[in-house]
Amino acid sequence: MAGYAWLLRLLLLLLAVGLGYAVLSLPDQAQGLQPDVLGKMDQSGVTHPVTAVLLNFRGYDTLLEMAVLLLALLGIWSLGGLPEARPESEPGPVLGTLTQVLVPVLIVVAGYLLWTGAHAPGGAFQAGAVLGAAGVLLQLTGWRLPRRAAGHPLRITLVAGVAVFLIVAALPLPGGRQLLEYDPNYAGVLILVVEAFATVSIGVTLAALFFGADPTDKAPK
Amino acid sequence: MEGMTWLGWSFDAFVGAGLLWLAWRALASPDLFKAVVLFVAFGLLLALAWVRLEAPDVALAEAAIGAGLTGALLIAALTRLGISMASGRHRNNNKEEL
Repeated sequence: MAGYAWLLRLLLLLLAVGLGYAVLSLPDQAQGLQPDVLGKMDQSGVTHPVTAVLLNFRGYDTLLEMAVLLLALLGIWSLGGLPEARPESEPGPVLGTLTQVLVPVLIVVAGYLLWTGAHAPGGAFQAGAVLGAAGVLLQLTGWRLPRRAAGHPLRITLVAGVAVFLIVAALPLPGGRQLLEYDPNYAGVLILVVEAFATVSIGVTLAALFFGADPTDKAPK
Repeated sequence: MEGMTWLGWSFDAFVGAGLLWLAWRALASPDLFKAVVLFVAFGLLLALAWVRLEAPDVALAEAAIGAGLTGALLIAALTRLGISMASGRHRNNNKEEL
């Protein structure tokens, strides 16, 4: 094993030199696809190029990303039987008070990030992550999803993001257009609808990932 | 202007070197809890690097998902694995039993 150490170092050195050469030989001012994107901005329904690419020009990628997130949760649920992490001590007064103050603020911030995504950095994934953080904080204080909300209401919320995205993606099909080819006149509204459902679904999915087990499962012993 | 460029360069060098150092420490740490904390710090510094590269969208996603929620998920997984927070000690105990 030790005899190959020098070979490993040589290969690593070659890799480093190759990477360095590749980076240094990049053109100083690469245009990339920027002119193409900026040229079609008036058809995208939004004014922020990143959102236009993520939700319109390359909406397919975002749709699949959300499906991957849902699949990750399904994978964790199907493992089943994971013992719920018990807090080692009762949540202190600081955590409780802070959560009471922070959760409403986080919900407002998520709404702001969602809305501002149309013309500035932000969007569904960032807003969803903030919602997910609110869910994690709530769980840390010992809050659990009420029994009646843990079954179908939770599942419908989890799937809503992908489902609404798929419906909106399929809307242009009867008109003879392609999947995800929005009408430029309605693109802004459609993107906002997709992002709103996506935000809630992503937030709930991330919080459910933290919980780690299907809440309708009997507590494993 | 010249001074600002120099400041920017030294800041970038600090961020770059810090990222490599944090990544190495996170990978090499025998204490898993410490490794997760280092990973979160790595994610926050990486968000700063994205801001310096003028990619605020990626920076937001990295800070919120990469550093925040992934860190929380890793800690949740760690507690569920039943490894005590100081896994270095845990490992030593096992060795003594063997």
